[in-house]
Amino acid sequence: MAETLLRIEDLAAGYGRVTILRGATLAVAAGAVTTVIGPNGAGKSTLMRAIFGLLPPRAGRIFLAGEEITGLGPRELLRRGVVYVPQGRNLFPELTVRHNLELGAAAFRIPDLDARVEAMLDRFPLLAERAGMQASVLSGGEQKLLELARALLLDPALLLIDEPSLGLSPRTTAEIFGILGGLRDRGVAILMIEQNARSALGMSDFGVVLDQGRVALEAPAADILADPRIGRLFLGGGIG
Amino acid sequence: MTGRRLAAVAAGLLVAALLLLLPLTLRPYGLYLMSLWAVLTIAAMGLNLTLGYAGQVSLAQGAFVGIGAYAAALLTTAGWPLGAGLLLGVGLGLLVGWLLGYPALRVQHHYLAFVTLGANTLVFLVLRNEDWLTGGVYGIAAIPRPTVLGYPTDHPLAFYYFCLGVLLLVGLGLGLLLRSPWGRAFEALRENPVRAESLGIDTRRYTLLAFAIGSAVGSLAGAIYAPLVQYIDPSPFALGLSLALLLMVVVGGAGRFFGPGLGAAIAVLLPEWLRFSEGLYLILYAVLVILVLVFLPSGLVGLADRLSARARGEGR
Repeated sequence: MAETLLRIEDLAAGYGRVTILRGATLAVAAGAVTTVIGPNGAGKSTLMRAIFGLLPPRAGRIFLAGEEITGLGPRELLRRGVVYVPQGRNLFPELTVRHNLELGAAAFRIPDLDARVEAMLDRFPLLAERAGMQASVLSGGEQKLLELARALLLDPALLLIDEPSLGLSPRTTAEIFGILGGLRDRGVAILMIEQNARSALGMSDFGVVLDQGRVALEAPAADILADPRIGRLFLGGGIG
Repeated sequence: MTGRRLAAVAAGLLVAALLLLLPLTLRPYGLYLMSLWAVLTIAAMGLNLTLGYAGQVSLAQGAFVGIGAYAAALLTTAGWPLGAGLLLGVGLGLLVGWLLGYPALRVQHHYLAFVTLGANTLVFLVLRNEDWLTGGVYGIAAIPRPTVLGYPTDHPLAFYYFCLGVLLLVGLGLGLLLRSPWGRAFEALRENPVRAESLGIDTRRYTLLAFAIGSAVGSLAGAIYAPLVQYIDPSPFALGLSLALLLMVVVGGAGRFFGPGLGAAIAVLLPEWLRFSEGLYLILYAVLVILVLVFLPSGLVGLADRLSARARGEGR
């Protein structure tokens, strides 16, 4: 496996009395796409929220480039180059596309913010055409693109992205995956959660299968795709 | 320079000329109204930060004006300079505003409105009942006006320019704040706190800051209000003032920088202009305000935007 950027050891997290993640251990390689798959309730989104400091870990440790980041809040993680695009719609619908982009840096004083916003609009001409429009009028795919652009404003080293294909057409999903592939080529490491497992693993370098809060399998994505046990998992059974 | 920018500069110059030169022609009552407009604009700017930019409902801004007014009145009548009263008022406003922010971490919208309404009543009761400190219903009289940079401000015109100067400084300060990451964080908090968190915004901290800063600005306004009227008692700082300030923010345009100034102008000047109607003026005032709220939900600044957009559209 390539150099490890993010290492998670025996991570446990949950809500109230319920522990969802029960000791997950996995690694995210630098400059590669790692996709986490698993049945509903396996703890995929909980894993992301715990990594990004939105949910306090109950046990375990998290390391970024060898440095421990367990329990750090979102602001500190953003400062260290980790960005998070949650599941569903995460824009500020009443604000314009440009304003939404600017809010990507809301937690920081960035002297060249205007230049970064312009650079992002140059990179995504579709957004540039709609810069003055309210975000609510964008299509689902355009909104996801804007979320991605907003996350990229801080020039991240690691992108955490939860179900980017949710609610998108297959064609738009392919476009979003294409952009994620382009980011990987630029050296950004990506940890992605996807229900659309085959397509996601098809463009990923590594895959992680999460089941009942634990990592059931961690392997190169191609190996997981070829593993007949995966089919059983998505048909409702656990991995034996 | 684009046409829009040119129009904005021209409008700015016109307003500046009006604010600087019009008072030269006014009698003391007119000067009092202009000074009151400046003071209320400052208080409404504070509420605009809390409500308009950060999305936290507050019905306690009038109480903060009261805190600032009493701080200034108590210190200046004891021989301290107004600067000391300003500092004490703003410090108390920050502290009490910060504390008022804690309920906002648990409740929102109309529940928060009721919590802040309760806080307003509490402050009013302290001002009225703790007469060993505040003079109770008899209030505090003979509040002196300050000497600023060697110039006395006893004359209404001089005091008006003092109020205008403070308004300018507060406007500059808030303008810089709103252009900073703090301003963007407040907006993200208003639009959606959960989404704001994933952008690294500590929503708890910014909620408290929104209350603390907005309230402190309200107290600053109060500290100037005291030497303007030169006599204070608790009655102006009851719920009515908080509601009036809320009205100014909403009618002017919540979350719009120049909204409070326009809203305060309506609240201070419109009743004066409607006096010709004698007994009907409050009814007319209420009807006009309802019309503004119904047809201009984004306030008067929103109307100005709409008109300028239409003008640009026609110019193409």
